[in-house]
Amino acid sequence: MSRLSILGLTKAYGRTRVVDNIALTLEEGEFVSLLGPSGCGKTTTLRMIAGFVEPTEGQISLDGEIISAPGSVLPPERRTMSMIFQSYAVWPNMTVAENVAFGLKLRKLPSAETKRRVGEILEVVQMSHLAERYPSELSGGQQQRVALARAIVVKPAVLLLDEPLSNLDANLREEMRFEIRRLHDEFRITTVYVTHDQAEAMATSDRIAVMNAGRIEQVDAPHLLYTRPRTRFVAGFIGRTNLLQAQVENGEIGFGGISVGVGQVAGAEAATTRDILVSVRPQSIGLHRQRPVGEHPILAGVVAQRTFLGETWDYVVRSEEAGGLRLRATAPPSQIHEVGEKVWLEFDPRQMAMVE
Amino acid sequence: MSTALGKSVVATPPRRVSLARRIGRIEPVMLLWILLIGALLFLVAFPLGKLFLVSFETRGTGAFTLSNYVTAYGRARYIEAVVNSLTLGLASATIAVVLAVPMAWAVSRTDMPGKGLTWTVVLGAFILPPYLGAVGWILLAGPNSGFINVFWRWLTGSESPFFNVYSFEGLALVIALNAFPLVFIFVKSALDLVSSEMEDAANILGAGTWTAMRKVSLPLVWPAIMAGFIIVFLETIALFGTPAIIGIPARINVVTTQLWQFFEYPVRVEVAAAYAMPLLLVTAGMIATQKLLLSRKGYVSQTGKGGERRPIKLGAWRWVMFAWCAMVGMIAVAMPLFVLLQASFAKAWGRGLSLDNLTFANYYLLIFEHDMAMTSIWNTIWFSATAATIAVLLALMVAYIVNRRLVPFGEVLGFLALAPFVIPGIVMAIGFYAAYAAPPLSLYGTAALIILAFAARFLPIAYANSSSAIRAVHPEMEEAARILGSGRLHAIRMITAPLVKKSLLGGWLIVFIVASRELSAAIFLVGPRTRTMSVLLYDLSEAGNFEVLAAFGGLLLVVTLIFVGIGMKLVGRDFMLRRG
Ligand SMILES: Nc1ncnc2c1ncn2[C@@H]1O[C@H](COP(=O)(O)OP(=O)(O)OP(=O)(O)O)[C@@H](O)[C@H]1O
Ligand SMILES: [Mg+2]
Repeated sequence: MSRLSILGLTKAYGRTRVVDNIALTLEEGEFVSLLGPSGCGKTTTLRMIAGFVEPTEGQISLDGEIISAPGSVLPPERRTMSMIFQSYAVWPNMTVAENVAFGLKLRKLPSAETKRRVGEILEVVQMSHLAERYPSELSGGQQQRVALARAIVVKPAVLLLDEPLSNLDANLREEMRFEIRRLHDEFRITTVYVTHDQAEAMATSDRIAVMNAGRIEQVDAPHLLYTRPRTRFVAGFIGRTNLLQAQVENGEIGFGGISVGVGQVAGAEAATTRDILVSVRPQSIGLHRQRPVGEHPILAGVVAQRTFLGETWDYVVRSEEAGGLRLRATAPPSQIHEVGEKVWLEFDPRQMAMVE
Repeated sequence: MSTALGKSVVATPPRRVSLARRIGRIEPVMLLWILLIGALLFLVAFPLGKLFLVSFETRGTGAFTLSNYVTAYGRARYIEAVVNSLTLGLASATIAVVLAVPMAWAVSRTDMPGKGLTWTVVLGAFILPPYLGAVGWILLAGPNSGFINVFWRWLTGSESPFFNVYSFEGLALVIALNAFPLVFIFVKSALDLVSSEMEDAANILGAGTWTAMRKVSLPLVWPAIMAGFIIVFLETIALFGTPAIIGIPARINVVTTQLWQFFEYPVRVEVAAAYAMPLLLVTAGMIATQKLLLSRKGYVSQTGKGGERRPIKLGAWRWVMFAWCAMVGMIAVAMPLFVLLQASFAKAWGRGLSLDNLTFANYYLLIFEHDMAMTSIWNTIWFSATAATIAVLLALMVAYIVNRRLVPFGEVLGFLALAPFVIPGIVMAIGFYAAYAAPPLSLYGTAALIILAFAARFLPIAYANSSSAIRAVHPEMEEAARILGSGRLHAIRMITAPLVKKSLLGGWLIVFIVASRELSAAIFLVGPRTRTMSVLLYDLSEAGNFEVLAAFGGLLLVVTLIFVGIGMKLVGRDFMLRRG
């Protein structure tokens, strides 16, 4: 049985549906991110899971028992969940150890046991030496570790995190990202992680749910989101892409004068209309000075624009042959083409995906 | 939407959370909301509504009439009082601005010496009850035996006094000397937000220090100056003590003293209610104006806290500024206090400082023989303490409900809690009199009536305080406790309460201190056994025995200072002067 399951969940404020009919299921021990741009409803979703917000429609169940439905919401304190907040919410009137012990005391654990578990978890988050400090004497990263320890020490059924790293500076963010994944690998707590940073979601999650305007657009493993985006929004939001108008005819997808087999392009079998959109990642387009040989489709073009980004070159190539189509392609730093130079573009159909 | 929702969900049959659990969750908050609305209606809306109704009622029958308004505005003397009030308000506010703005600028922006001393002066003027300052100034500038005038005659041999406090100018000056801290606090906190770079930018373009101040800093804080001006104006037109003590002997009638006369036997509360309306309307209108002024864009709010701040080097002018602050300190605090103290230990205050004039008899009389003095001290303390407790508890609950958005229409509660801010104390008192003095409640002269009126009058102070205290505690602090298994009340007790404790204590003390010196609301509501110190002080001033009066003022100050001291120790040095 799945641990946490969300069905048809909707939240409306007045007439705006800030969360719109979403469904999501987490297996025991799974780490799923809610990823999406600001204002898409991630926090609202998370707070409905936590029990702070009542849904307008739909339901949330934990281990088969319904914990949220319109008009009946199990209060947060009875959900055996833990949550980590953007503001850390480490209580300034308690020491680090007291913060961490709070949840255990509420569970009426014997004090020796409480002490032992607090000691252990502080060891895990490398905060043992600061146990007696007050939060005002800690850095942002240290406070976030306290929040993590406090949430994990109670062995919650579900761990919820709302942009826990967004107040940290870039280096610390990267470090904490691995810390969170490490803790997950160690304790295997079912986790819902909210972020708008795709690198963060990619580094931590088993699966990512991409949200847009209150809806979930796609739920998949990180690499599948990149290689097999299913909607135009996902293709554009995860990494960068070329979105091409294409036509389906006789089992072939054609654009700009070239064609590839429907069976080769991810998701294309499901096409129901003649006109479709195809996402082609800039990284999947080969750039050549001479016309390459092989069975991959080829287009000739001229470099119209280029930008050096340090790790790659970013070229915009204009193809007269394809009716003035402009395509973005990347190349390693050593591969230099001048603006105006003639180049050949080589496509790999297996790295293309049809999007809605 | 895409098909990629992972494993599709088999809907478990909805096992609804039990109804009892739902009621257990929702109802306490709603119940509290209803209770709070009830309390606020009782404290704020009902007295005000009653005041309005009564002004249209015929005495006894309660039939509709306009005759109260005809009576209230039917005599030149009554109209003149309204004009006097407005003129006095303008005069006092102008003087207060002239006194306070240079001080605020010097403390905030320059390297003037003696800033700590200036703070002390401001705090001193703030703590000194207005009517005590007035008594001090009678001793200083009474036309015949006032020290300043005696000295003037001795110096010049002139017949006429140098400065007669029993005059319009005297009244305006004495009020301004007590009210200028309000302007100071407004302007200083605005100036504190102006970054030095603003002035540097003007300097680079060739403006000197003075030009930069005139053309850059002052215009930036112009709204704050106006706001301070308005507050002093409103304080002045609502003030009872000083106009009664100085104005009545000088035959200057103002709205508040006229209201008092309507309350003399036979009490004409209907006429008083009609007569109080302009005071209410002017106050509400001015406060709306002030809000507008402070919210206007393009001023300090946009410069933000950022930017470096360096004190302006004044050179020799430092001492000029210092002299100004010192002069204000002398006339506003040091001199009145000194003569009061002197009089309180004197057999006859006019004989000045000498050993054979020294006596403890005044204090002895008050403490051991006077039949009301000690009672009034005790009354003051417990009325104020109870009122402060009621106000803070009520304000805290309202602030919590409003800030955490626990109920729909929570803003109604917040609005009611802030409403008394636009009601002058004296109007509030008449409202309470009209609403609760008569049967069925028959509270006239009881402690309960005074306590409730105090609690209502100072509810906005408590609310502003509680609201900022609650807002300072991020809701996530509580939510973090709840998700770990603590119920709402437990979370409030364990997390929120410890975090707001200190600022609430500060709020409680402020309400206590202002309530303990409140005169205008008290004087309409006290009975023979429920006199407060401020009312007794006013009684004594009517009796004209200045030595005993001064000694009683001394006692009042001691009581106030004890609580100010406690506040400073527990909450912080400038807890009374923070702008919140
Ligand atoms: N209590 C509320 N009343 C009305 N609208 C709300 C309320 N709470 C949230 N919203 C609206 O719902 C939308 C989604 O908000 P939410 O906080 O869930 O977004 P988010 O995805 O977490 O964004 P961010 O990345 O900025 O945190 C926003 O447009 C917000 O303005
Ligand atoms: Mg959010």
